[in-house]
Amino acid sequence: MSTSSPAPENTAPETGTARVKRGMAEMLKGGVIMDVVTPDQAKIAEDAGAVAVMALERVPADIRVEGGISRMSDPDMIDGVIEAVSIPVMAKARIGHFVEAQVLQALGVDYIDESEVLTPADYDNHIDKWAFTVPFVCGAVNLGEALRRITEGAAMIRSKGEAGTGDVSNATTHMRRIRQEIRRLQNLAEDELYVAAKELQAPYELVKEVAASGKLPVVLFTAGGIATPADAAMMMQLGAEGVFVGSGIFKSGNPEQRAEAIVKATTFHDDPDVIAKVSRGLGEAMVGINVASLGEDQKFAHRGW
Amino acid sequence: MTAAPPTIGVLALQGDVREHARALESAGAKVITVRRPGELERVDGLVLPGGESTTMWRLARTFDLLEPLRKRVEGGMPAYGSCAGMIMLADRIRGGVAGQETVGGIDMTVRRNAFGRQVDSFECAVPLTGMGEEPYRAVFIRAPWVESVGEGVEVLGRAEGGRNAGRIVAVRQGRLMATSFHPELTGDHRVHRYFADLVRRAMTEED
Repeated sequence: MSTSSPAPENTAPETGTARVKRGMAEMLKGGVIMDVVTPDQAKIAEDAGAVAVMALERVPADIRVEGGISRMSDPDMIDGVIEAVSIPVMAKARIGHFVEAQVLQALGVDYIDESEVLTPADYDNHIDKWAFTVPFVCGAVNLGEALRRITEGAAMIRSKGEAGTGDVSNATTHMRRIRQEIRRLQNLAEDELYVAAKELQAPYELVKEVAASGKLPVVLFTAGGIATPADAAMMMQLGAEGVFVGSGIFKSGNPEQRAEAIVKATTFHDDPDVIAKVSRGLGEAMVGINVASLGEDQKFAHRGW
Repeated sequence: MTAAPPTIGVLALQGDVREHARALESAGAKVITVRRPGELERVDGLVLPGGESTTMWRLARTFDLLEPLRKRVEGGMPAYGSCAGMIMLADRIRGGVAGQETVGGIDMTVRRNAFGRQVDSFECAVPLTGMGEEPYRAVFIRAPWVESVGEGVEVLGRAEGGRNAGRIVAVRQGRLMATSFHPELTGDHRVHRYFADLVRRAMTEED
């Protein structure tokens, strides 16, 4: 038996708890997170109503064109973005690159995206995200992958889609698949969940929790190929709780107006009149690449496991 | 005979709407989401959720909700704001973006992101006046604090322990209340029950 003195967690403030990390993602819900490569773009995103920005050196569309190895951004660039805006700032680390993540945490970023858009640093292991105070978001193409990331400590999940294409079809596929697999779990008998966990390659306790609640234990956003207000609204109607837009804004003809339009369409995702109104006169969308024309080795979504 | 449950709206422009809705339902309220002036007219009270205050302000402004919100608050509608919602209910803010407006109503100055960035976000115990003996397990996320309050504002809670001890984190002025932290993220619904009771009393007073 312990003595009657109160537990230390009741007196001292505790940082980096699961509730604080997952809670941060809850606050982003219904919002749009925009990729930015300069402080000026970050400002445009904030003025358009973004709930957060993702600071990176090259948007995915440019990473595709230029090729080579993609890494964490220069700390100076990230500092510049943090200086420029008062909304949360996220940044990307390579899959498995825990030192890039340590650096990003030291810089004071608000969320780390362990991202398949960058070149993986470890083809076996993801980052042990429990070891950090800063929360992580990770991509997933299906429920098993989402649950494995959550097991490693991810506090937010985004469907991967195919970044840098402007083609929404893979975002759709991944979001539908995750939601469908959750619905399937809900219909299984309790004694069938053991095999389901085996098939999903995910811990049984987590599978049981999802089967009971009908949702992931963390917030689920969409990403990868969202280029228009209607794209964003469709993903929200398919069950996304918010939207990442990468190349779609600053690779388009009129970033200010498009950014604002996507924010509005995300909030009023179930109102076609609003979506029609904000979709007018946006100018050129990003040029885009049909995902079907990409070779398997050019797809980012295969990175991560 | 029991009275009909109050209809409490949750401002649903952005943020953790569902968590507030669930907490309010468990406090016995009928809950609707509010994104349009017509929906605002139907509620007996309103919760302004956690989220990004600059996003909420811009959307409220663009979709002609800011003035109706101010009118209802001035007209005595009970309202409760958590985190970003606290900023929205403050008469004065610091650390906002250029031109950032609020609904206002509570005579206080609130500093946005006062507790720091996400790595500084924390949980701690906060005793709350009028909500039972047990301190509240409060979750602060890039949270604001109340820098100063006018005479009519009652301080319901202050942060304890650590470098932020003594900071005002929960207030009430008449039918309006606000917290820096997120009671909707915990299973402890005392704050929402307190607010639902406040809405019920306001309805009785107006009958």
